[in-house]
Amino acid sequence: MGGEFDWSVIWKYREALWDGLATSFKLFGIALSGGIFFGTLLAMARLSSLKVLSYPAAGFVNLIRSIPFIMAIFWFYFLTPMIVGKFTGQQGEAVGPFTSAIVAFIMVESAYYSEIIRAGIQSIPRGQPWAAYALGMNYWQSMGHVVLPQAFRNMLPVMLTQAVILFQDTSLVYVVGLKDFLGAASKGGQITGRIVELYIFVAVVFFLICFLASWGVKKLNARLAVAR
Amino acid sequence: MDWKVFLEMAPSGGMTYLGWLGSGVVWTLTVSSFAWIIASLVGGFVGVARTTPVPWLRAIGTVYVEIFRNVPLLVQMFLWYFVMPEVLPKALGDWLKQDLPNALTLPFAAQFSLWELTAAILCLGLYTASRVAEQVRSGIESLPRGQTNAGLAMGLTLPQVYRHVTLPMAFRIVIPPMTSEFLTIFKNSSTALTIGVLELTAQSRQISEYTFKTFEAFTAATLIYIVITLTVTFAMRALERRVAVPGFIAQAGGH
Amino acid sequence: MTDPQSPMIDLRAVSKWYGAFQVLTDCTTRVKKGEVVVVCGPSGSGKSTLIKTVNGLEPFQKGEIIVNGVSVGDAKTDLPKLRSHIGMVFQNFELFPHMSITDNLTIGQVKVLGRSKDEATQRGLKLLDRVGLIAQKDKYPGQLSGGQQQRVAIARALSMDPIAMLFDEPTSALDPEMINEVLDVMVDLAKEGMTMMVVTHEMGFARKVAHRVIFMDRGAIVEDCTKDEFFGTARSERAQQFLSKILHH
Repeated sequence: MGGEFDWSVIWKYREALWDGLATSFKLFGIALSGGIFFGTLLAMARLSSLKVLSYPAAGFVNLIRSIPFIMAIFWFYFLTPMIVGKFTGQQGEAVGPFTSAIVAFIMVESAYYSEIIRAGIQSIPRGQPWAAYALGMNYWQSMGHVVLPQAFRNMLPVMLTQAVILFQDTSLVYVVGLKDFLGAASKGGQITGRIVELYIFVAVVFFLICFLASWGVKKLNARLAVAR
Repeated sequence: MDWKVFLEMAPSGGMTYLGWLGSGVVWTLTVSSFAWIIASLVGGFVGVARTTPVPWLRAIGTVYVEIFRNVPLLVQMFLWYFVMPEVLPKALGDWLKQDLPNALTLPFAAQFSLWELTAAILCLGLYTASRVAEQVRSGIESLPRGQTNAGLAMGLTLPQVYRHVTLPMAFRIVIPPMTSEFLTIFKNSSTALTIGVLELTAQSRQISEYTFKTFEAFTAATLIYIVITLTVTFAMRALERRVAVPGFIAQAGGH
Repeated sequence: MTDPQSPMIDLRAVSKWYGAFQVLTDCTTRVKKGEVVVVCGPSGSGKSTLIKTVNGLEPFQKGEIIVNGVSVGDAKTDLPKLRSHIGMVFQNFELFPHMSITDNLTIGQVKVLGRSKDEATQRGLKLLDRVGLIAQKDKYPGQLSGGQQQRVAIARALSMDPIAMLFDEPTSALDPEMINEVLDVMVDLAKEGMTMMVVTHEMGFARKVAHRVIFMDRGAIVEDCTKDEFFGTARSERAQQFLSKILHH
């Protein structure tokens, strides 16, 4: 063994670690809701018969899905302050690293979620929107009241699985120096030299959260499968 | 836009910035390929283990999959690189940190050592193995149960059934998801930059830092990622067609 | 609409292609107010496609369709508004599986016609009672038999107070013992004077209430005549073959 472990460092750093975990969850919550919202719009655009909508949507989704997550984070980290600056006339400082990271995560997740939601919409028989249109509903009413509620129900298991993956992916903000859970541990490790204990602790906490969440998703799946 | 920047000499490695990009491509592909081999072998074994009727084999398979897929890849990267040398016996840990890096100087202006490379490959390979295992398992489970029974009824042993009936079919079913797993590793390999492996994403960021031509540097790397992704996709589709069984449409496990 | 002689549904030389494949060829016919028209023909003859062009669910490339004085193919037409006046019943019922029976009956009234929830529920339940299913009002579509679902679907279409009804093979997805419960509802509707266009193979229904029968083959209208003419002396050979096939077995 390379020296004795000193687990007290975790207690000493509990506040920084807690703040880091809170940042991870905050990032997760915003990226999840933003990703599902824009992912739904992207999926609808991709399934549109209007080529001016479907082509750019398909292009965006395929572009994001074929580059590394970290590359996408770098891109939006670079582009967001520039674009915001263009509109507000202010320089880059107006946009903090957290906002840039949020934009990156929402963009990437919306691409991934749009594929899930597209499959969900396509799983609904053609007759359902037909029946909605036959009642006089317009496109948005048919989507909002008939197609999407059923699509989301079908897609719930996959969407939850993707949510667990998204929670793990939040650790990637480390590459732009944001202090999420992993970032906090890394910082603490640099100061105290106790990097081993801190990384093991982070791994265990992530494992417990993700394992329990996956287990819950599996249970839910089994219940949904019976209900159908 | 200033694309001529790639023809300027880079501050190190005795090459242009284009050379840096090339070096990044080489190391991205090296890490991805070796990791993919590990992922296929380990993932294949673990996946098959989870379908056998042997309880302890299934248990090992399940524990492996649950551990590796419920810890973020980046955290696993740090566990391999920073934590492992410290928790191993001291002599072995020191060898990893001190002797392994000096065992061989990596080519292509690597600027990192064999130890970083090894840690990255092991991490990506064993992480992806848990995903591969799930694909293999669902591939095997999607085969009609009657197939195994028919094999056993002919007097084949269980290993023989796997060897001659189950695995040849499962292999064909698993090819499309294995393609996407390679592409997953290929994209995930950029996490290796956090432990100092200068692969493609890291090189493009390094170029942007030296030249301030961020847009050009990122665009170049992005285009390279897209071209390789498309190439792999087409190559694998050709392979799928070659091994396709007439009249049997593999639909399980895929996307 | 005030002129009883003007057609409720007027199709003029309607043609439709899927890419290079022509699915409808110069289909022309008229359905007057209060008239019941049965459309039949072998499978793949285009009858389901034709009936879906009437309320614009299927677009068409040539010709014109006028429903209640409104051109369906005109890009300026408010299709949702037009459809809200034309009821439609589908082969696979297409009740919304995630809503209770009551919600299925009220969703269109509330969201499209702008009726209050109370008014819509009252109207919906009255129609549900009429098709004999008031006891099922709180169930979900998946808990009903096919025949019951189709009766709810008819009630849902009627809840919009339609001026005409389109039926697209309403009984062909049903088990034989459930066909009559649906046909009975349709016969009652016909007797009340509802304008109906019905794609069906149920020749018994046609004999009982149809005023006219249209026979289609390969995307074209081959016969368009009164019920008596059709069953007495169907002129085309294909119509005779079709009739002998579905009547004698």
